[in-house]
Amino acid sequence: MGVEGIGARVLRKEDKRFLTGKGRYTDDMVVPGMKHAAFVRSPHAHAKITGINTDAARKMPGVIGVLTGRELKADGIGNLICGWMVHSKDGTPMKMGAWSPLATDVVRYVGDAVAIVVADSKGEARDAAEAVDIAYEELPVLVNATAALQQGAPQLHPEAPGNLIFDWDIGDEKATAEAFAKAAHVTRLDIDNNRLVPNAMEPRAALGLYDEAEDHYTCWTTSQNPHVARLVMSAFYNVAPENKLRVIAPDVGGGFGSKIFIYPEEIVCLWASKKTGVPVKWVADRSESFLCDAHGRDHATHAEIAFDKDHRILGLKVETIANLGAYMSLFSSSVPTYLYATLLSGQYDIPAIHANVKTVYTNTAPVDAYRGAGRPEASYVLERIMETAARELKLSPAELRRRNFIRSFPHQTPVIMAYDAGDFDATLDASMKAADYAGFEQRRTEAAGRGKLRGIGMSCYIEACGIAPSAAVGSLGAGVGLWESAEVRVNAVGTVEILTGSHSHGQGHETTFAQLAAERFGVPLDSISIVHGDTDKVQMGMGTYGSRSGAVGMSAVVKAMDKVEAKAKKIAAHLLEADEADIEIKNGDVRVAGTDKSLPWFQVALSAYTAHNLPSGMEPGLKETAFYDPTNFTFPAGCYICEVEIDPDTGATQIVQFVAADDFGKIINPMIVEGQVHGGLAQGIGQALLEGTHYDETGQLLTASYMDYTMPRALDLPSFKVMTTETPCPSNPLGIKGCGEAGAIGSPPAVMNAITDAIHNNNLTMPATPQKVWAAIQAAK
Amino acid sequence: MYETHYHRATSVEDAAKNMNAAEDGKFLAGGMTLIPTMKQRLASPSNLIDLRHIPGLKGITITGRTVRIGAVTTHSDVSTHAELAKLCPAITFLAGHIGDPHVRNMGTIGGSVANNDPAADYPTALLALDATVVTSQRSLPASEFFVGLFETALEPDEIVTAIEFTAPDKAAYKKFPNPASLYAVAGVFVAKSGNDVRVAVTGAGENGVFRADELEAALTKNFNAAALDDVTVSADGLMSDMHASADYRANLVKVMAKRAVAEIAG
Amino acid sequence: MAKVELVVNGRAVKGEAEDRTLLVHFLRENLGLTGTHVGCDTSQCGACVVHVDGRAVKSCTMLAAQAYGSEVTTIEGLALNGELHPVQVAFREHHGLQCGFCTPGMVMSSVDMIRRHPEGLDEATVRAELEGNICRCTGYHNIVQAVLDASDKMGKGAVKAA
Repeated sequence: MGVEGIGARVLRKEDKRFLTGKGRYTDDMVVPGMKHAAFVRSPHAHAKITGINTDAARKMPGVIGVLTGRELKADGIGNLICGWMVHSKDGTPMKMGAWSPLATDVVRYVGDAVAIVVADSKGEARDAAEAVDIAYEELPVLVNATAALQQGAPQLHPEAPGNLIFDWDIGDEKATAEAFAKAAHVTRLDIDNNRLVPNAMEPRAALGLYDEAEDHYTCWTTSQNPHVARLVMSAFYNVAPENKLRVIAPDVGGGFGSKIFIYPEEIVCLWASKKTGVPVKWVADRSESFLCDAHGRDHATHAEIAFDKDHRILGLKVETIANLGAYMSLFSSSVPTYLYATLLSGQYDIPAIHANVKTVYTNTAPVDAYRGAGRPEASYVLERIMETAARELKLSPAELRRRNFIRSFPHQTPVIMAYDAGDFDATLDASMKAADYAGFEQRRTEAAGRGKLRGIGMSCYIEACGIAPSAAVGSLGAGVGLWESAEVRVNAVGTVEILTGSHSHGQGHETTFAQLAAERFGVPLDSISIVHGDTDKVQMGMGTYGSRSGAVGMSAVVKAMDKVEAKAKKIAAHLLEADEADIEIKNGDVRVAGTDKSLPWFQVALSAYTAHNLPSGMEPGLKETAFYDPTNFTFPAGCYICEVEIDPDTGATQIVQFVAADDFGKIINPMIVEGQVHGGLAQGIGQALLEGTHYDETGQLLTASYMDYTMPRALDLPSFKVMTTETPCPSNPLGIKGCGEAGAIGSPPAVMNAITDAIHNNNLTMPATPQKVWAAIQAAK
Repeated sequence: MYETHYHRATSVEDAAKNMNAAEDGKFLAGGMTLIPTMKQRLASPSNLIDLRHIPGLKGITITGRTVRIGAVTTHSDVSTHAELAKLCPAITFLAGHIGDPHVRNMGTIGGSVANNDPAADYPTALLALDATVVTSQRSLPASEFFVGLFETALEPDEIVTAIEFTAPDKAAYKKFPNPASLYAVAGVFVAKSGNDVRVAVTGAGENGVFRADELEAALTKNFNAAALDDVTVSADGLMSDMHASADYRANLVKVMAKRAVAEIAG
Repeated sequence: MAKVELVVNGRAVKGEAEDRTLLVHFLRENLGLTGTHVGCDTSQCGACVVHVDGRAVKSCTMLAAQAYGSEVTTIEGLALNGELHPVQVAFREHHGLQCGFCTPGMVMSSVDMIRRHPEGLDEATVRAELEGNICRCTGYHNIVQAVLDASDKMGKGAVKAA
């Protein structure tokens, strides 16, 4: 590795603009004539719209237009869709209810958009939005998924009888039942996975610009995948054909999944720009984000695990009800199915697994992928029940896990996934050593002397990243392929531009992607630029989510670099009159191995463009494109250990130590990987301790701002001890597994295992707020 | 936020005059509650009358054991006042734990007491210290000033100009903050002067800040944290919400009180 | 309409805005200083922190009219003559930022924090002092490291200068 190449702790190229206030986010964009939008949103969780009167609003100062769903429909704008078809176990397709970008007849959650107001200023748009007079006839409300499945529950969508979207299963039910029949011990647990609000710090925003002369649209938006946004808006929502729609995702202030999806607002802003003749900008208030961003998690699960007399797992049964909210968001169906139940084998050799998942409509915000997407839910189920089983079996949690680890690869689980590589003992050993696990009882005693309850908890997670082989996900119902594209342009002076379909919104691609080219061509990082986030610049891409940018996005870059390197070598061989096989690229020179014959890199590039002396028949230029379609998922895995101290008088939990040992395969930039883990841990700890989403029975969101929804702050978190082990991923050229979500996947069970250990009461749900912990301590007395 | 009319008052009289002329005016000090409320469109004053620049309303003067804090003195100015910290560390500690640093740089003691948020910190100190609220029209004891939830004895054009109190022998403030809002779920201020013990509670009461009679009685007999072990704080009249039930708040009141007493007793 | 006169990053500026205009919107929309961000509407996230008359405040919770006559420093005014401020340097060196959205507020708060603690900082104090700034990306670990490092370096620098 060079100082700037693969594996180097390179400081980020993108930092200077963010540190000096020169980042350019969607809300920073200004175009001539731009006006401001406010959405009129339903105050009711479920109601019929019996009338909309916009007359008063139209007369308000500064108002340019007030538009409703009826006009939107008349212009042929389509309904929002879920792009992953899941079939119920009886073979019937999922029951997707209609979701109009602006509701016309029925509203189904508080925040459902009904109309848009465009005005000179944001304040005036807001003022006028309040003057839009909508008559509602309230309907009965459902917020709880289990209640939504009960007979006689109110009906949300005519398409989905009983509010059931699908009743899906995976694994072998019969084999699992047989395994349980042989069991020496069965552990049973009810496990809720709390609903979360993503809360990327930059609220969602969209600026729609219609150019009448060119009949062309431009959309600046807070997207993790601008190309997918363009594809979906063109192919399904009928906004404009792809050649007439440019989507730009400039600097984006965090996503965590919530900015994957195409929401009503960007569609409506584009359409409203054409209708009103002005560019239309909408920026969400945080309150709007709470109501309308797709939420995460919200599972209710019953799980049972069977052991033989030697404490080896015989089988696992899981029943989950997943709340998908009022409408099916873009990838909502895949999260509680193929991204969840396929990971239920965890790090363990489990001969038989059966999981059943029912997904349900309720009068709440749509639920979709949020950092980890399904895998945190799987990890939480398995690692909570493993810890519970260890307590019941009076075995150390580490020992029970070790006894069941998978140790030979490849390993085919009973739930689709084929793990290709891993070393679960290595991460367990590393984290136990770093946590001084052996010294815990002494620390517990010492804490007791100070009146504190100290507990320790562990979690051994595995996840599937690098989503995904297109054919495989296609066979499972995905509406898109999940490859990635790259273009590597070597300019005539040897500088390099890498165009990628991955999108960086905090991950540091401008640095890590450049490290690949620095390593390969020996050019300084400063002369490598990364281009992303604009459908006019990058041909096509699938974007960033599911920890896929390293494993898939970078692999595409490697493929394109392979082609560039091959051509550069041909040119050099021709110029140096050497055999192509003898050419090597080292330290910025292209040389004939074992000789002093060489050309500087820029000379080769220049020769490709002057084209005065190229090998016969070769096209000029040095620019190559590649599409990389993975052959398998990647499988990051690790072991997390959390140690807590609880104040028994108040129930307040302090995390006194958190150790994370991860196997991410090859690492391009350890500094960035550590940062990704830290952030993931904070989100996972936030889920476990702080973040609860509460709707009241009328469907009003009670935790609708930072006054009531607890975001993790610096004081809520410890400094983390993070470390990595390495088993390279065999399926991609760099050996990368991915690191973006691990922290959020592995940490919640570790925290909850630690707290329940400290208070000797396993009956505790996330978030473990002081009040809940205090009550659980009282209950255990 | 709805449109409003801003006026920077030059004197207390100018402020009152503008208030009386306004259709639905509000005095503005640090604005740490009022402006967020306006941003949420939950308040729509026709006029905002800014008190922050009125001469003489800012600053801390200490004469013997008598403390006077001008109404527009910020929380950060109170929290970092070295002389006050020596005389009454409980109040500088309290001020240093309101909201966050940026809130403390703008928020004022006058604004806090005039707003009388049921989870605000200062009202406990005023009640427990038997402080006097000095206004543009009169002086009145804290016990008469705080009336109920967000309610005080202030007339519409009356302005808090200062808070005065005599430093107690000893005092301590302990708060259990709501992890989201950082407001008190239960905050207890204990002050002791001679045999007089006063305990005030914020964050917990359905009617806002209150004095905890049963705790005061027990501590007057025996000023020791252990003296509270057998005292039951009733959950009656305490708030109950998704963050904390009345029972949990009752527990916290007692725990915070014990910790405050333990700190004082050393 | 309110008259607004300020000195922003050392430059006198004049403007007019609706009375309800928040300082953050005046900076962003009237002056084009878009480095100051809005991340919430309840005065909590701290993405909007600027210095007004030398003190860190939330510019989303102050009317532009309230700031009349004040000196305001925004993130754009922190680096002098193209040299990053030591806090900016430390955030970069410790990878104390990812998406960059909370960063301007974090940096402005940290500069203020270090100034208020000339005696130096420890981890617990830094974490407590960051109560008014929310970051969703970093888990704060590297931000805390950056602030501690900057505090050390600035403290040492001050001693040297004296």
